[in-house]
Amino acid sequence: MSKPESIIRIRDLRKSYLTGKVSVEALRGVNLDVPKGEFLSIVGPSGSGKSTLFHIVGGLTPPTSGEVVVAGRNVSTVGDAGRTELRRSSVSFVFQKFNLLPNLTARDNIKTALFISGLPTHFEGELKNVLELLGIAGRLDHKPSEMSGGEQQRVAIARALATRPAILLADEPTGNLDTANSLAVLGILRDLNRRLGQTILMITHNTEAAEYGDRIVHMRDGLIVETSTTA
Amino acid sequence: MILKLVWENVRHKPVRTLLSILLVAVPVTLILTIIGLSIGFFEDSKRRSGGVGADVLLKPPNANVISFSTVTMPSKIVDVLAGEPHVVQAMGTVVNPTSGFLEALNGIDPVAFNKMSGGFRYEEGHNLEGPDDILIDSWYASQHKLHAGGKVNISNKEWHISGIVEPGKLGHLFVQMHTLQEMVGASGHVSQVFLKLDDPKNTAQVVSYLKAKYEGYPVLSMDELQALLSVDHIPVLKTFINVIIGLSVLIGFAVVSLSMYMAVLQRTREIGILKSLGATKAMVMGIILAEAFCIGLGGTVLGILLSYASRLAIQAFMPQAIVYTWWPIAGGIAMGAALLGALYPGMMAVRQDPIEALAYE
Ligand SMILES: Nc1ncnc2c1ncn2[C@@H]1O[C@H](COP(=O)(O)OP(=O)(O)OP(=O)(O)O)[C@@H](O)[C@H]1O
Ligand SMILES: [Mg+2]
Repeated sequence: MSKPESIIRIRDLRKSYLTGKVSVEALRGVNLDVPKGEFLSIVGPSGSGKSTLFHIVGGLTPPTSGEVVVAGRNVSTVGDAGRTELRRSSVSFVFQKFNLLPNLTARDNIKTALFISGLPTHFEGELKNVLELLGIAGRLDHKPSEMSGGEQQRVAIARALATRPAILLADEPTGNLDTANSLAVLGILRDLNRRLGQTILMITHNTEAAEYGDRIVHMRDGLIVETSTTA
Repeated sequence: MILKLVWENVRHKPVRTLLSILLVAVPVTLILTIIGLSIGFFEDSKRRSGGVGADVLLKPPNANVISFSTVTMPSKIVDVLAGEPHVVQAMGTVVNPTSGFLEALNGIDPVAFNKMSGGFRYEEGHNLEGPDDILIDSWYASQHKLHAGGKVNISNKEWHISGIVEPGKLGHLFVQMHTLQEMVGASGHVSQVFLKLDDPKNTAQVVSYLKAKYEGYPVLSMDELQALLSVDHIPVLKTFINVIIGLSVLIGFAVVSLSMYMAVLQRTREIGILKSLGATKAMVMGIILAEAFCIGLGGTVLGILLSYASRLAIQAFMPQAIVYTWWPIAGGIAMGAALLGALYPGMMAVRQDPIEALAYE
């Protein structure tokens, strides 16, 4: 099998946080390549640096050192505005806590993302299919508080995908969901990956959930300690 | 879309928003009321000084030309002035401030006054006859619910109301000149002399002639007097207005600053979400400023409405004009203060670390 192009390329990535006078090394030399269209699961104990890795790949915080190229953009050198542009156009997040804007309906949450990305805010084509696939087409005029956790997470996924990002970063997307909803969301992510070729990185604590990925990366103490492929 | 975000934010915290709008409205009302009162007062003064029918006014040395001054001069000067060229009538009056705000008793010779001004128009009663008679204009009468034939106590003296007259001539309260002269211990003295000329075209010539002849006596044409009746010529009032404007800026700034500071804290997480979606610094700042703009605009509109209410409440004491030209000024001050006040909270929102913001409970 010929090696497809990497959409994420990470070399010797380090990140330390200064809390008071103590410096915490959250990442201590991470190397990782993610080919376009891959569904990658990341597992590891609490505090091993999984979220930190996502925050750097997604441009929420700059790396301390090392090289990180995401969708053709060198995150270590682009600066604040460049990282904003990365979030605006290439990377979308799905969080454990859904993080929908509470005052807005599902529709307006999605429109806000489209607006920020500079895209037309009417729903058309692909987005309509995504909404159907997610099973929330009938819930668009509800506010987050009127929806179940599973529905909220599906809206969050719809919002993340509406802007057609190159990469979807899902940080424990099933962490706040019951088993049935977890399975539904995992199934949706796999479908999106298979049908649309969506590149997905997913952090999870659940080994069964991790099995949905093509490949599983294990982290410990700020390093990738093991990589395994799933059946 | 930004408008929708702002609108939903505003709608979601109606109490905080309305309170902020109300607090911004207060200084707007304050400015409009102060300006309205000053302009209302001057318009009223102008109308009344114009109603005397004189062309030239002469005051005693050291007298302030536009305020009620207690300085007097011997009334002999009235006869002397009557003999000056072009002067067809000279009329002395005595002015004495009462305890009321910007209110004075005008001592007049009813016959001379009627001759110069063309006479009062009576709504009730008749002209001054007895020594304790007082004429009241209908504005003052309606404020104090007075009628002809009744009694009124002004400056520790009980007066008999002989008539109610139409407003617009010299003042609101008229008594016999002799009575007032005795009352204030200035028998044979007057506070000012009004001159009527053969032809108003001669005014400038007469004024300069009199100025030269009666050195030290302020002499001015009624047109000049009218021009002096404006805020610009009363430094204290101007300073006062500036202080009110300064306070308004401060209040508007503080209110919006506090309100938006709270809003930013309350919405830390939402701002983090917007940033995770790729919102630029300009957009985050824009949302905060847009909300401040709404508060400023709401405060301006409410402030203007409240200035009508204040006019209604103050009408009993003073005429308050509605000065449209000051609406945009007062509004601009409120909006400017609001936007300025939102700047720091906006900066806070812009600088917030999105990761910490997203972790915020
Ligand atoms: N903003 C921060 N300031 C200081 N230290 C931080 C910060 N963010 C993360 N850390 C530290 O970095 C390390 C890695 O944190 P990270 O959140 O990446 O772990 P994680 O693998 O996502 O853990 P979990 O499974 O609990 O989510 C931890 O020791 C954490 O305390
Ligand atoms: Mg984490």
